[in-house]
Amino acid sequence: MHGHNTAEFLQGVAGFIGCYYLAIAAMNATAALFLWQTGRARSYFKISGLTFTTAHIWLIVSLAFTMMGGIALGGMAGILSLPSGLRATFDLLMGPMTYTLGSLVILSILYLGRNFFVKPMVAWSGLNLSLLFMGLSLTDYDFAQIVTKPDNVPIVAMVYLLGYFTWLSAYRAVQNDTRIANGEGPLESLDDEKVLVWPDLVYTELICMIALTVILIVWAVALQAPLEEPASAVKTPNPSKAPWYFLGLQEMLVYYDPWMAGVVLPSMVVFGLMAIPYIDFNKDGNGYYTINERKFAYITFQFGFLVLWVTLIVMGTFLRGPNWNFFGFYETWDAHKVEALNNVDLSEYFWIRTLGVGRPGAPDGAGMLESIGWILVREAPGIICVVGYFAFLPPAMVLYSKFFRKLFVRMGFLRFMVLSNLILMMALLPIKMLARWSVNMKYFISIPEYFLNF
Amino acid sequence: MPSIDQIIRDSQIWKSIFRHPAPVDRRNRVVVMLTNFFLHLHPVSIKKQGIALSFTWCMGGITFFLFLVETVTGVLLMFYYRPTLEWAYADITALRDVASLGILREVHRWAAHAMVITVWLHMYRVFLTGSYKPPREFNWVIGVILLLLTLLLSFTGYLLPWDQLAIWAITVGSNMARATPILGHEGPGAALLTLDGIDMITNASDARFGLLGARFVGEETLNRFYVLHCIAIPLGAALLMAIHFWRIRKDGGISGPL
Repeated sequence: MHGHNTAEFLQGVAGFIGCYYLAIAAMNATAALFLWQTGRARSYFKISGLTFTTAHIWLIVSLAFTMMGGIALGGMAGILSLPSGLRATFDLLMGPMTYTLGSLVILSILYLGRNFFVKPMVAWSGLNLSLLFMGLSLTDYDFAQIVTKPDNVPIVAMVYLLGYFTWLSAYRAVQNDTRIANGEGPLESLDDEKVLVWPDLVYTELICMIALTVILIVWAVALQAPLEEPASAVKTPNPSKAPWYFLGLQEMLVYYDPWMAGVVLPSMVVFGLMAIPYIDFNKDGNGYYTINERKFAYITFQFGFLVLWVTLIVMGTFLRGPNWNFFGFYETWDAHKVEALNNVDLSEYFWIRTLGVGRPGAPDGAGMLESIGWILVREAPGIICVVGYFAFLPPAMVLYSKFFRKLFVRMGFLRFMVLSNLILMMALLPIKMLARWSVNMKYFISIPEYFLNF
Repeated sequence: MPSIDQIIRDSQIWKSIFRHPAPVDRRNRVVVMLTNFFLHLHPVSIKKQGIALSFTWCMGGITFFLFLVETVTGVLLMFYYRPTLEWAYADITALRDVASLGILREVHRWAAHAMVITVWLHMYRVFLTGSYKPPREFNWVIGVILLLLTLLLSFTGYLLPWDQLAIWAITVGSNMARATPILGHEGPGAALLTLDGIDMITNASDARFGLLGARFVGEETLNRFYVLHCIAIPLGAALLMAIHFWRIRKDGGISGPL
């Protein structure tokens, strides 16, 4: 099934992996130099009179990566791999559920422990570890295939950029939150003196433009834009994927029909984004990074963006193969992989499995209105659930939750209804995911007669 | 003897173009911002934190620059590329293998991917600094529409190489429109729109047909997406960008209360 020669493949990637490790080595050496030059290196521990500082640590890391680069370039890239048993275990453990919940758990831990994780030393270690993990994985044929596909390279870049900027914003937010707790203003208020746009801003822009032009040209020379066979309406590729930025929506198709995943939920995303400034009445946190002053807004946004948008795109790009089946990082994309699909509608759960009777249906020869009536009876359990979800949860939130009651009082009826319905809409996806993973729920409401499956 | 630099600056031609001396002192650094068409988008002076890279990440500016890169490379590619079933793929192949500046296609494609990412990062920054809060609510709304236009620009451009990757990505993407409630022929409620037993919403009259110009991704779609990609969406985006930038000035800078 593999159709590739491991030795040949390793020979092919050795040069790239070698340069990759050397680049990380250079990165760490630069960090060490920066710490040492700016006098920011702090002493960490002492061994027989020698003081080791942070600069030393990154220098040692840099040397280690240099050696790894040498090993790879010397033609022994094969030994720089994760053990195959570990890779197999990874693949075995990974599935849509463990991947999604795992991402959520990791992000929650990062959020709760943010005071620790934003420390430059810790964040830099995390970066090094993730780069090491990437490097060790690149010797795996299947991993390399999918990660180095030209159209996927921007997504790898995006993951690192997002990681970096999430760290940067959290780093500043934690600093600001500490300052505010001590009665000082945020860092941003220190710099409110005015400077002239020429030269300060104009030159920054010029340098930025030149740097970007260089990056784009180097990128264009190094990586050829993908071009496959000429279009053919009869040869369907497997998997057929939408452009990468829509893969989160395509992933939603696993859980929802196209009218929800492709039309209603994306429209709600756009509408919800536009509504943000009108439902966020919190006047704090305007013009500076902070988490503590706007926890609810921060958590809601990060859940929507990082968990429901970005991790689903990453999954759709790297982990979904032929027939949209899930494949682990190191798994071969086998078009013959079969996954048992025995999903069950709520109406079947209710009528057949719980009550032990058949699903009610219209008698033969019934008119249109009569058959619609029977359909509504058949789907009554799901319809009651959905109507209850949207109609009764918002008032229930106000009645039973102190937090939402406070919001309601501050926001008024209309704003609160918009907010609560948007949140309920957003929660539909995780709810459906959980229902699918736990009880194989197919549809809450299943009316295939009118393409209305929910 | 005056230097060449001085002679040029003193010439009538130079003075007719730049109506002020070199911006080397405070007065002329102010004047240059006011009299230069391209610079007058900026204010004359600005809060120091408003240009600190660790605060702004420069992502909005980078996005705008990438839009300019896309415009320039796009116009050059338009000289070469013909959006027909007969030529589209052949022209792209020729750009790859023969044309001397074929690398422009690579620049165009990678800059497009980069632009999607930088728009997201820009909005991420705007959210995390609470910069959408009053008085900038409406500029955030314009920004959301610009995000949508960026995605549509990228989506329509995806089809133009007319290879397997292109048509199947667009097929998968546009199949969603088939299921639009009421307006898609496989959408909930569409069956209710009938006149004397004849369906009004069919695969030749629904939302997907409007998007593709045909029942499937074909020559009509290529033409439609080409016009959207090269003319309609960029014009709309340019207009909204103008409003977006103008409002930053009017709303008192990139963030913070007025």
